[in-house]
Amino acid sequence: MTERAPVHLSADSEEMEISFGPQHPATHGVLRVMVKIDGERIVETKPVIGYLHRGTEKIFERETYNGCIPHTDRMDYTAAATNNQGLVGAVEKMMGITIPPRAAYIRMMLAELQRIASHTIWLGTHALDIGAQSPFFYTFEEREKILDLYEEYCGARLTLNAMRVGGQPFDLPSGWTDRCRAFIDQLPAKIADWERLLTKNRIWKLRTVGIGVMSGADAIEWGLTGPPLRGSGVKWDVRKVFPYDHYEEMEFDIPIGTNGDTYDRYLVRMEEMRQSVRIVRQCLDRLPDGPVMAKVPKVIKPPKGEVYFSVEGPKGELGYYVVSDGTDKPYRLHVRPACFINLQALPELVRGHLVADLIAVIGTLDIVLGEIDR
Amino acid sequence: MADQDTGAPVAPAAPKPPWEEKPVPATPQDAREHPQVRELAEHVGDGILEAVEFAGQVTVTVGLERLVEVCRACKDRLGYGYLVDLTAVDWKDRAEGRFDIVYWLHRHAGEQRLRLKVRVAEGAEAPTVTTVWKTANWMEREVFDMFGVYFAGHPNLERILTWEGFNGHPLRKDFPIEGIDTGAAIYPDVYPPGGGPVSGGEEGA
Repeated sequence: MTERAPVHLSADSEEMEISFGPQHPATHGVLRVMVKIDGERIVETKPVIGYLHRGTEKIFERETYNGCIPHTDRMDYTAAATNNQGLVGAVEKMMGITIPPRAAYIRMMLAELQRIASHTIWLGTHALDIGAQSPFFYTFEEREKILDLYEEYCGARLTLNAMRVGGQPFDLPSGWTDRCRAFIDQLPAKIADWERLLTKNRIWKLRTVGIGVMSGADAIEWGLTGPPLRGSGVKWDVRKVFPYDHYEEMEFDIPIGTNGDTYDRYLVRMEEMRQSVRIVRQCLDRLPDGPVMAKVPKVIKPPKGEVYFSVEGPKGELGYYVVSDGTDKPYRLHVRPACFINLQALPELVRGHLVADLIAVIGTLDIVLGEIDR
Repeated sequence: MADQDTGAPVAPAAPKPPWEEKPVPATPQDAREHPQVRELAEHVGDGILEAVEFAGQVTVTVGLERLVEVCRACKDRLGYGYLVDLTAVDWKDRAEGRFDIVYWLHRHAGEQRLRLKVRVAEGAEAPTVTTVWKTANWMEREVFDMFGVYFAGHPNLERILTWEGFNGHPLRKDFPIEGIDTGAAIYPDVYPPGGGPVSGGEEGA
């Protein structure tokens, strides 16, 4: 006897409820979606999450502030650098620490490379879900090069643990900037190659144009952030609105979509990669000299109080709400996970579409279950 | 010209860059006169119990019974259309009520943020704000799951991160950090029923 997903049939309607996931390659991890369908049409969906819940916010309460940083790596495990950046930024804001400019520039470079790495995973898997196999191989090749740069900087490829309260734990190794520049110089041509595979591809457009549409006003109402918000035409980016590190010195554009569909979100992310290349190049050009660590106390003890600090992660606004009771461990450390809140809009986005479009919409939301379930 | 050469005082040492100075931690300040608070007070009058500014962020404490009214005013009249975050904090032994429910609002006009806070006693219900912002739905479910705070009027108040039938609310301060025996031990010979890794410790054996 093989185990089967439960199927509920009732005699007086053609509606059927199926359980999609949690063990399904197209759910990008352990997402389970209860789908009510009428033939091939989706009537209602209900995401079921929590299969990867590890109690990260509880664990934070027993760790020191710097000890929390490795746990943030494991939330959105495709974008550890931006996760680190949010947490250290929150603690620095509380303690009034100004980090040296060189540290800020290194942070921005790591974060922007991370955005590119995260978007390459998104593009590869999203295209794979829809049926285009080759982009996966091309994008992962570029991602490997970014992971090599990380490995050279901090020794890790995925769980970077690459930032500390007060600055950066290490300076850049010699020759890193040259290799980073060589990488970003060749990347725009690669992005153009990926676009040649997809942007005007008739099948790709049939599968993405007009699928999962959300208006800008609805996107704000549902709390969407990141590319799903910008794809709906809202020009809003934490890096521009509340600049952290030295983003105010960087020149970059915020790409936005017009129709709020899966295709527009695709275009937005493609352009974001080019903008990230632009930011990394500016960082390399103007990289200041000097120390990479500010003068911080040996024991990190933020004052009593509460602070919310957010960064623009590859998936959207990633926020940290820190409540300190004046000791060296956070009293409460809450994460505002971008994926969790973006996923909430899934039933809205897929209502009335075909089951195959559900796969496209899950892909376009670019979810990572490690961050949703924490 | 001569006295310029000889009598010029020694230039004072260049000020240290801010990252070499001792950091000055943020301190809380009363924010009743803050423009964002005054603007809110015009609409909700005496609904504001307390207003504090810390590290440039304004926190307004409001009464539980007026919460939905304040949220409505924030959204409809003051333009806080984006609910960034909703969470809770457990102050286990506090007399004024055990939990803080924290709402973090954003408005796109002027790009300003405002934190609302209500105190909820253990066993008391907080009113839902899903009628104000749709995005509050899952956030309130998470607070219910993690803290056991009930939201009156919520359309679908179910556990979200743990499973149905899970015993306890993990982010409460009296929930052991090592976890509890959930009865779902997969190695019953190592952890006999009722004697999981934690609750079966010395006193449980």
